[in-house]
Amino acid sequence: MADLSTNFIGIKSPNPFWLASAPPTDKAYNVIRAFEAGWGGVVWKTLGLDPPVVNVSSRYGAVQWNGQRMAGLNNIELISDRPLRVNLDEIRQVKRDWPDRAMVVSLMVPCDEESWKYILPMVEDTGADGVELNFGCPHGMSERGMGSAVGQVPEYIQMVAAWVKQYSKLPCIVKLTPNITDVRYPARAAKAGGTDAVSLINTINSITTIDLDLMAPTPTVDGKGTHGGYCGPAVRPIALNMVAEIARDPITHGLPISAIGGIGTWRDAAEFIALGAGTVQVCTAAMHYGFRIVDDMISGLSHWMDSKGYKTIEDFRGKAIGNVTDWKYLNLKYDIKARINQDLCIKCGLCHIACEDTSHQAITAERDGKRLFEVVDAECVGCNLCMHVCPVDDCITMERVDDASFQNWTTHPNNPMSQKA
Amino acid sequence: MSRKELGDVAAGRLDAATLARHFGDVAPALSRQQALIEASRCHFCYDAPCIQACPTGIDIPGFIRGISTDNLKGAAHKILDANIFGGQCARVCPTEILCEGECVRNGPEDKPVQIGALQRYATDWVFESDTRLYSRAAPTGKRVGIVGAGPAGLACAHALAKLGHEVEVFESRAKSGGLNEYGIAAYKVVDFSAREVEWLLSIGGITVHHGSALGHDITLADLRQRFGAVFLGIGLGGVNALGVTGEHEEGVRNAVDFIAELRQAKDKGTVPVGRRVVVIGGGNTAIDAAIQSKRLGAERVTLAYRRGAETMSATSLEQAFAKEEGVTVLHFSRPVELLRKDGVLAGVRFEHTSLDSSGKLVGSGEYFTVEADVVLKAIGQALVDSGLEGPVTKNGRIVADETAPPVCRVFMRVAIVSVAKPT
Ligand SMILES: Cc1cc2nc3c(=O)[nH]c(=O)nc-3n(C[C@H](O)[C@H](O)[C@H](O)COP(=O)(O)O)c2cc1C
Ligand code: SF4
Repeated sequence: MADLSTNFIGIKSPNPFWLASAPPTDKAYNVIRAFEAGWGGVVWKTLGLDPPVVNVSSRYGAVQWNGQRMAGLNNIELISDRPLRVNLDEIRQVKRDWPDRAMVVSLMVPCDEESWKYILPMVEDTGADGVELNFGCPHGMSERGMGSAVGQVPEYIQMVAAWVKQYSKLPCIVKLTPNITDVRYPARAAKAGGTDAVSLINTINSITTIDLDLMAPTPTVDGKGTHGGYCGPAVRPIALNMVAEIARDPITHGLPISAIGGIGTWRDAAEFIALGAGTVQVCTAAMHYGFRIVDDMISGLSHWMDSKGYKTIEDFRGKAIGNVTDWKYLNLKYDIKARINQDLCIKCGLCHIACEDTSHQAITAERDGKRLFEVVDAECVGCNLCMHVCPVDDCITMERVDDASFQNWTTHPNNPMSQKA
Repeated sequence: MSRKELGDVAAGRLDAATLARHFGDVAPALSRQQALIEASRCHFCYDAPCIQACPTGIDIPGFIRGISTDNLKGAAHKILDANIFGGQCARVCPTEILCEGECVRNGPEDKPVQIGALQRYATDWVFESDTRLYSRAAPTGKRVGIVGAGPAGLACAHALAKLGHEVEVFESRAKSGGLNEYGIAAYKVVDFSAREVEWLLSIGGITVHHGSALGHDITLADLRQRFGAVFLGIGLGGVNALGVTGEHEEGVRNAVDFIAELRQAKDKGTVPVGRRVVVIGGGNTAIDAAIQSKRLGAERVTLAYRRGAETMSATSLEQAFAKEEGVTVLHFSRPVELLRKDGVLAGVRFEHTSLDSSGKLVGSGEYFTVEADVVLKAIGQALVDSGLEGPVTKNGRIVADETAPPVCRVFMRVAIVSVAKPT
């Protein structure tokens, strides 16, 4: 059996599956249930200064896809709405009862040195393993100059991270917002401020749906709605890219990452770990199905690792980073053509119409008056669209037909700035 | 094939290709893609009703989630940890009245998640690739004797071997598997039971002695002396009698024997079947015998049951399947006489029955005849208590020790169980 235990910036947990700071980690009751179910750690729901915030009623909107729930979830919740002391006392007790699990405390206080100086010793005193700085929340808090209002200004990130490292011995994770144009800048700033790690992504600014009867966004609070934070399966590709960008940026390469965003299965987790993540955090999937999903995540990850001969998480962590590159370095000589397995083909015609209407007219629809779908090699550019629209597994595959030569854009004659090879 | 007026019993009524089709897998395995689509239909219910309905308590939504994440090993563990015969059960369980009958998808869509088929998908690969999922704990030095290598005996043997005990199993027949090997319609478990048993035994620590019958070759007293504990998984080896004259003569057979012969026959074309077959009984054995007679090429198969469809122990799906296969099902008909011409079976005389106001079955005094070359009896099985001395039995049943492992208790319906207190 593979060893799933992790040591992330000195924070140990029996497996890399943590719950993200959110309702699932709002109080002791939930967190204890999570630990009983097998979660390796939690990032406690974000704490702020008293008096606590007040939340609205009607907080979530969701996107269904083809009748399946939920492709994405949107929330307009704020940080913890419970008194600071209550949270701190619970954190202390739970950590004492579950010493082998990671207990990270998420924090969001005003952007002044005094506030951080005030709250950090109290957190440290609970025995928690680390802090996560919530610079990501895109709604409500940002209007008060916190959350993503800080996360969108690299100088603030650096300044606050430095205060945290100055006033606390605890390992520090800066949680990044995806609501920026280039995630490398805030990541670099966090590193410059001395953070031990970053976590990402927090939620993405969104409006899930407009209720066409009420003519208002959902969730609708007494006839009005506001933009909220989007998360769940739909955001995973965005999170994967942002994690990869930080992992391969020369300045932040090697900076520990706790990955978040649409993770719900062992496979999702493995993908983020392959991009360098040391732990992963889950919110929406747990909110959808309950804590028991961690069961299949643990068993699935360890069986997969066994099948690959990976004994520990470190054995495959970061293995995909080297294969994420810039477009200009891709081999322009690589050439693949679609191959349709006629025995498997159900003659739905989706490949044909996709290619005919929207691509390269490389799939014909009949021969000798009979319905038959065939690839015209001379027209096929190897884009894979037909393979993706084909509803039958392995019916359309791509065959490599080039002569294994290599040329990328940097040396291509069409490139005005081509460097002569 | 020419028709004989009397005693028309013959093998090879159908050509090899037709027989191959008739005795191939009735419910073929799902492909990965089919399994993923089906798995995506599961709502992953909390405290799922399907689990409540499973006699072995398999975490059904849990293993289905494993399928949907391609974690087949985790899925197989969830099934086989709860029920080591999960592969067999995936094929033969009457899921329509168990897990699938309770699936919440029956509500809005009238179409439950195909749990049986998914369970087969999640486990087939284990036996096909002969993957070892279990290993034995350190030897305990304790020895357990088990009578009967049927599902109960072998499940018990496996559970004990896993714990590190040494197990010896005594089986009267030539092969292990019991009901699985001899008692299930051939098209439900094509090429499967023996492979499953072989895989189960590969854990080690289990020795099976074939041709060793309780009361003949071994005695309970002897076993009690030799082993720290004894487990009786002897099943219901006897067949209930019709109570009609001539039922032990030529032309009349126990359905279980016919089913066993067919299961053991490599070439189904060698198994004789009547041109006109009458099956008497209302359970799944009766249905299996009737359908298989038809599939062997019988021209007319009549299944007669003395009460109505609702009280048949065969599920409604099985009953519908029999009708689809062309079996004529007669309700409220009880056999009163086996008709013979020149000593050869010619038919069965039945009496119409009905229920009186108190619900008691009564004869109507009206009779009819059905021609038959073969009569198959399937009116239930009974415990054979030879070799069961002392306080082991009560009312024709073995007194079960409720401390037996749950997985063994599940099979009590098919194999009666008793564990003598370990010494
Ligand atoms: C209802 C809700 C409340 C949240 N509250 C917080 C919070 O207090 N602090 C924080 O750092 N992130 C918060 N998040 C963001 C999550 O921690 C996480 O970054 C995000 O949901 C993406 O992960 P997912 O796709 O697994 O849900 C919240 C998310 C949701 C859905
Ligand atoms: S009842 Fe049906 S939908 Fe619910 S968990 Fe069981 S199989 Fe899945």
